[in-house]
Amino acid sequence: MSLAYYPGCTLKTKAKSLEEPAIASMEVLGFKLEEITRWNCCGAVHSLADDDLIHQVAPVRNLIRAREQGKNELVTLCSFCFNTLKRANLLMKANAEKRNTINSFMDDEIDYSGEVKVVHLLEVLRDEVGWEALAQKVKLPLRDLKVAPYYGCMLLRPREVAIDSVENPIILRKLLKALGATPVDFPESTRCCGSYQVVSDPGVISAYAWNILSSALSHGAEALVLTCPLCDYDLGQGQKELVKKRAEFRGMPIFYFTQLLALALGLDPQVCHFELNYGNTESLLREKNLLP
Amino acid sequence: MSVTISPKRLGSEFVKKVKELSGENLQLCYQCGMCSGVCPAASNMDLSPRQVIELARLGMQDEIAESKTVWICASCLACTVNCPRGFDLSKLMEAIRLLTLRKNVDYVKPERIPPEERDDIPQIAMVSGLRKFTG
Repeated sequence: MSLAYYPGCTLKTKAKSLEEPAIASMEVLGFKLEEITRWNCCGAVHSLADDDLIHQVAPVRNLIRAREQGKNELVTLCSFCFNTLKRANLLMKANAEKRNTINSFMDDEIDYSGEVKVVHLLEVLRDEVGWEALAQKVKLPLRDLKVAPYYGCMLLRPREVAIDSVENPIILRKLLKALGATPVDFPESTRCCGSYQVVSDPGVISAYAWNILSSALSHGAEALVLTCPLCDYDLGQGQKELVKKRAEFRGMPIFYFTQLLALALGLDPQVCHFELNYGNTESLLREKNLLP
Repeated sequence: MSVTISPKRLGSEFVKKVKELSGENLQLCYQCGMCSGVCPAASNMDLSPRQVIELARLGMQDEIAESKTVWICASCLACTVNCPRGFDLSKLMEAIRLLTLRKNVDYVKPERIPPEERDDIPQIAMVSGLRKFTG
């Protein structure tokens, strides 16, 4: 089955380790992630100002591309892209006045009114593959690997775009269970990593990282799993500082959920690009006999 | 801090503008402080999120302008989903930032970001950061 797929800018450069294992894994599960053509940057953040329609144009153009290519559903992997595209889509569906303004402005495009459903790959795994079916495809169960699921912000907030319960999400826990790993719940799993604050004040990121990583550690996690390239960067860069400053902290390996998926499905570990990860993910996997 | 509340202040251009840009009804807030309690950045802020709402609706533009709070907000929306009154504080924070940015006053100077950092930071951080911090 073919699924229309929107990668976004970061996945083509900094986050190959999120994209490549996703494409390979979905193929094993019987789905082809088919990149839509002529996609552009989604703008990364939803425009929060009521009069700011110009910044809706970039995400809406991507939705139009999917529509033109005959797709009713668009799959995303990056949490920021997911949030921006889904919120723009909801706006086009719900607000007739703004929809008309945006459509008239883009007079070179077909009119659009929110027909494309924006989904995250985790939703495809839950709703279209199913946890039980996924578990049956696992060739290398991630036994004894204690992983804390970290959601960040953009998959769960605001409520109208959330892929799971805002207060008590379980989708990553279910994925980890299906892959044979041991999920480690911790209270900071939806706490912000500092996000784009790294641009204005890079020094502040380690404090955000400490709140999240120390909580995961104290609940018994050996690693963190996440979905967002910006969370990955902030928690990764943040922990570099922490390792220098805090003698008791030795760092925490951070995985993308797609890397663990591909590994458990028995794919060649090279597709996972573990070498790009923060923290020593490869030695942890070797310790658990999950890598040769 | 003593504050004189006057019709002139309450109906000021600033109050009108933040209402218009945010699209939010500032009177919804009953000052319970849930937003400040759930904000992961509140400990770094000089004005708490709750105080920003109160000062904004009282038209205290100078006090807000002197504060760094709106620039420390990362739009994580923890306040938005937890507000018992359904007030979307992330939109008020954006409105206040835009009042500065739309005067062509940038909070971050892109040319001052060190080149190695520029190369290292993922695109989504750069795009979102420059959208939030430059006009």
